Order: sequence, then C-alpha cells, then structure tokens
Amino acid sequence: MRVLLERAIRAAVLLFGVSLLSFLLLEAAPGDFFDELRLNRQISPATIAALRAEYGLDAPLMTRYARWVTAALHGHFGYSLQYRVPVERLLWHRAGNTLLLTGVALALAWLLALGVGLATAVTNRRWPDRLAGGFAAALLALPDVLITLVLLSIAAHSGWLPAGGMSSLARAPGLTAAAVDLARHMTVPVIILVISIAPGLLQHVRHALAEAVPFPLALALTARGLPRRRVIVRHALRLAAAPLAALGGLSLGTLLSASLLVEALVGWPGLGALLLEAVSSRDEYVIVGATIVSTLFLVCGNAIGDAVLYVTDPRARTAQ
Amino acid sequence: MIRARRAILIVVVAVHAIVLAAPWLVPYDPAAQQRLLAFAPPSRVHAIDAQGRWHLRPFVCAIEPSTAIPFRYTEDCSRRYFVRWLVRRTTAAGFTTRESLRLFSVDEPGEMFLFGTDEFGRDVFSRVLVGARISLVMSISAVCLSLALGVVLGSLAGYMGGTVDAIVSGATELVLALPWLYLLLAARAAMPLSLTPTEAFVIIMALLGAIGWARPARLVRAVVASARANDYVTAARTAGASTPHVLRRHLLPQLPVVLVPLALQLVPQFILGETTLSLFGLGVPEPAPSWGTLLASAQRPQVLVEAWWLLAPVVGLVGICVMYYTLARTLRSGPLVSRL
Repeated sequence: MRVLLERAIRAAVLLFGVSLLSFLLLEAAPGDFFDELRLNRQISPATIAALRAEYGLDAPLMTRYARWVTAALHGHFGYSLQYRVPVERLLWHRAGNTLLLTGVALALAWLLALGVGLATAVTNRRWPDRLAGGFAAALLALPDVLITLVLLSIAAHSGWLPAGGMSSLARAPGLTAAAVDLARHMTVPVIILVISIAPGLLQHVRHALAEAVPFPLALALTARGLPRRRVIVRHALRLAAAPLAALGGLSLGTLLSASLLVEALVGWPGLGALLLEAVSSRDEYVIVGATIVSTLFLVCGNAIGDAVLYVTDPRARTAQ
Repeated sequence: MIRARRAILIVVVAVHAIVLAAPWLVPYDPAAQQRLLAFAPPSRVHAIDAQGRWHLRPFVCAIEPSTAIPFRYTEDCSRRYFVRWLVRRTTAAGFTTRESLRLFSVDEPGEMFLFGTDEFGRDVFSRVLVGARISLVMSISAVCLSLALGVVLGSLAGYMGGTVDAIVSGATELVLALPWLYLLLAARAAMPLSLTPTEAFVIIMALLGAIGWARPARLVRAVVASARANDYVTAARTAGASTPHVLRRHLLPQLPVVLVPLALQLVPQFILGETTLSLFGLGVPEPAPSWGTLLASAQRPQVLVEAWWLLAPVVGLVGICVMYYTLARTLRSGPLVSRL
C-alpha cells in the first residue's frame, strides 16, 4: 500500500514538473500565435492586445500557470488557437488514435519478442538462436526513418495497402467495412513500429531469460529430469518477469518516440502529428497538453508494468 | 581482434576525413541549381563505348530531357565526356557565372550526377556528402556538450551525495523517463521558428546536448559514487587531499573507459535526432544541405516511387550508424575495457 502511494506521489510530481517545464520553455520562446497577425496592416495593435487579453495571454506567467493547473485538474487543458476548440477535445481524440496504434504495435512486438525469445532460449546457442540474434542486431542498426520510407514506398508502389491516413473517403457503409478499412490503414504503421521496437525487446527478453535461472537452480531442475523447455517456460520466464515488467513500462517511451515519427510520415492523425503541427504554428496549450498526455501514457505504462510484476512475482507482494 | 580494431579505426578516420573535406571533394556546388535537369537519374559511368571498345578512363554520355514526358531523360552516347581529375567548371551564380576548380568531374558541357539530381536540379551526391558534414559535426559537438554536462553534474552528485545527489538524480530520471522525441520537440518549440543555417546549427546542437546529458550523468554518478567508497579515496582524504584533487587524481581518470563506448552510441542517436528535426522542417533550413532536409524532399510517396535516388542519404545514415556500432563493439571486447 505504501509502495502504491509512493508511486502515485512520484507520478504526480513528474506530471507537475513536466507541465511547469513546458510552461517555462514556452515562456522563453520568442513570439506567440498572435505575432503573425501583426504583419497584417488591417489589424490594429489595439485589436491584437484585446485578443491577447481575451485569451488571457497578457497575465503574468505564474498567474497563467496557476490558472492552467486549476483548469487541468478539472479536465480542461486550455484553448487551441489554431483549431479554435478546447484542447482536451483535440487531445482525447488524437490520444485515442495514438493509443490504438501503439497499443496494437506494443502487443504484437511483445508477443513476437516473447515467442522468439522463448524459442531461441530453448535452442540455446544452436543455429536458430544465432540466426535470430544476428537478425535482431541487424534490424536494430536500421534507423526508423529508413524502415518507414522503405515500407511506405513499397506500399505506394504496389498499391496493396493504403500508404497514408487513417480512413478512406470512399468506403462501404457499415461497421464491419469501417473496421476492415481501419485495419488496412493500420497495417503499414503497425508493421513499421513492430520492426523498430521488437529487436530491442527480443535482446532484452533473451538476456533476461539467460540471467533468470541461477546456475544451481538450473542444475537442480535438470538433475530432476526436467526437460530444458520446461525449465525455461515454467521457471525462467517467471523469474525473468521482474526485469521484463520494468522494461515493459519503459518500452512505451521508446514506442511513443518512434510513433511520433511514423505518425507524421504516414499521416496518422495521432498525438505526435498534433504536437508537430502545434510546434510549427506556436499553439501553446496544445504543445503543453500533448507533452503532458505523453507523460501520462508513460506513467500508465509503468503502472501496468508494476501490476504485471505484482501478479507474477510473489516477492513484490510480500515486500514492505 | 587487434586487426579488426585497426581496420575499423582506419575506416572511421577515413570516413571522417572525407566528410570533413567534403566541400573541396564534391563535383558540384551543393546549392547550385540546374532547373532544366530536375529529377535526372544517376548518370551511368561507362567503360565500354558503343563500338565495344574498352576505355581506361571512364566516361558519361550526354543526357537530353525528353520532349514528350517532363522529368524523363535519354542518354545520347554519341557525345562522350571523360571523367578527369581537377576540372575547371563554370556554375551559374545569380546573373553571372563563376568558375571553380573541382577535384574530379567531367569536361563541360557534360554532366555527371553520381546520385542523380533533386527537384531543383541540384546534385544529390554533392549534397549528401556536404550534408554529412553538417550532420556529423553537429552531432559530435552535441555529444561533447552532453558529455561535459553529464560529467559535471554526475560527478557532483556522486561525490557530494545528499541533497545535490537527490536533485540531480531526480532530474536525470525525469529526462530519461520522457519520450526523447517529444522532449526534443517541446524544447524546439521554445526557439524561434525560422533560423539562419548557422543559428540553427548552434541551437539544434545545444538542444541535443541539453537533452542528452542524462545518460552520461547517470553513468558518471554511478562510477564516482562507487569509486568514492574505496579505501584509496579515504586514504587520500585522510592525508589531507582536497576535493578537487581527489576528483582530478583518483575519480575522473576512471571515466573514459565507460564514457567512450557511451559516446559512440550517442553519436548515431544524435544524428538521427538532427535528421528527424530537419525532416519536419524544424532543423537546419534549406538551402543548407543536411541529411534531414535531403530526406524531407523524399517523403512524398510519389517522389519516392519516381525518384528513388533521393533516398541516398538513408544509405549514408545506415552506414554511419553501423560504423559507430561496430566501433563500439570492437572497443568493448578490446583492451580498453579489460583494464577495468
């Protein structure tokens, strides 16, 4: 219980710190959204000042920050100057898209890494293990940009799959058709994300499995006649759960970074693409909001990792 | 192993020398446009002519824009231009022309585009090589900056402990926990949007350095904190050694062993960071070539399909990444680390 409370406090401090940091950074930034209006001779300085006052941009930094925190605690994240809607409406919509993309990619990448990791751990150091290891190392050296551009060009060239966007304009009505359409659009970005994070996960899984069984335990189990497969699957996997659960939370951070690039290049209307547009148009509250939500994702990822650990590892349950 | 290390070191030094000297090696001015030759494919370098005779000196054929389809070119091998060292070439500069000496090129009016040309008819080979210079120098300086920050903060935290340690470690954890691309973009948002190439160079370098300090800092803190507990440190302090002396003489000399491999990992990562920012138009601006700005023009699927040679910077990117990873791996298994 105390551990849980401690975690919650740390998460709150993290979110608070990130929001303050992004506010300070944006305050240091020269110019804001209304500066471009100044170039237009037809808009008088008085009008711009009135607009700034209307959006509350004329208040001192700390007042604005206090206002923002109060609003954020009530679920309001400010107003997007570019889209002219409350930020939270943009955020939840875009965050949902990102969550869909990264959730599917994360699940597939973990399935792949665990499956291949277990299989290669059983065939320790023989050719399947070496092959998978070499393949993972080679994929790890490939930058995400390359994977994205190559897969996109294949998709665009062959026309098998849509190479951008999230839905087709012309699709058959009905829920099933919509789901199929969405799945077709998701295929390319999901493959890119899986390729970009699965090799790293596989190396960690393989390493954790090799480290997990202390040698005397492995010897004892083997001496009792347990086949290697059973030692790995029943014993090593459970022992490896602790480092892997911690990694699970962290892998979300890597995935979010990779997903930002993929979203922008593929045209997936997610959080990363939103942040990028907001940076280019100086849409302050959207920048702050997107940064906060990405941190929130990470906090949730870590919490899920902890929950997995709690379920699989009795030591985590008894530790006070 | 020693031989492999020597080979990779020679490769690394050669690549860096070539990249640093790029502006004097390339056959074209990277910003010079020849709009009539936009999207020209890579020139074929021939050794055998139409009559089947071999030539010791390779040559390229003249290229003619196709009259029917825009951006298609035909080769006309009745006019041949031989590849020579030290060729005088004229380039258009505003309303006048400028003559310059090129290390290797073909006789005028022949054109040799080794990697083809982009949408403005600029030579992609020259742009990739000169762009490598910007990307590489920027990320190496950024790595130096982040290492310097990391060493200062990490050794302070590791040596002083207590509140300083708590603050530095907390900040390190915070920076490491966030998705670094989000962090980079948020920090980029605090800078002016349009920059001159020099400003952009300095700012992006500072941003990368300011975000990348966390990993070195954590490593240095761990090394210093564990070394500090050793008897020889206690002995030195009992003998009256001052804190700067203990740090300089006993603790900091242990750092290169762990910092060099980390730096080798950080360089490719920072190159990718720079590439990503420039790709989104937030890094080094046109017309200065960097790998990101070069890739930005290759993003559109149509261009990607029709003008595949615009992906050339990606080959360089993979090459540099593999080179650094290999160097890190060979050093890790070499005597540098076995001294630990």
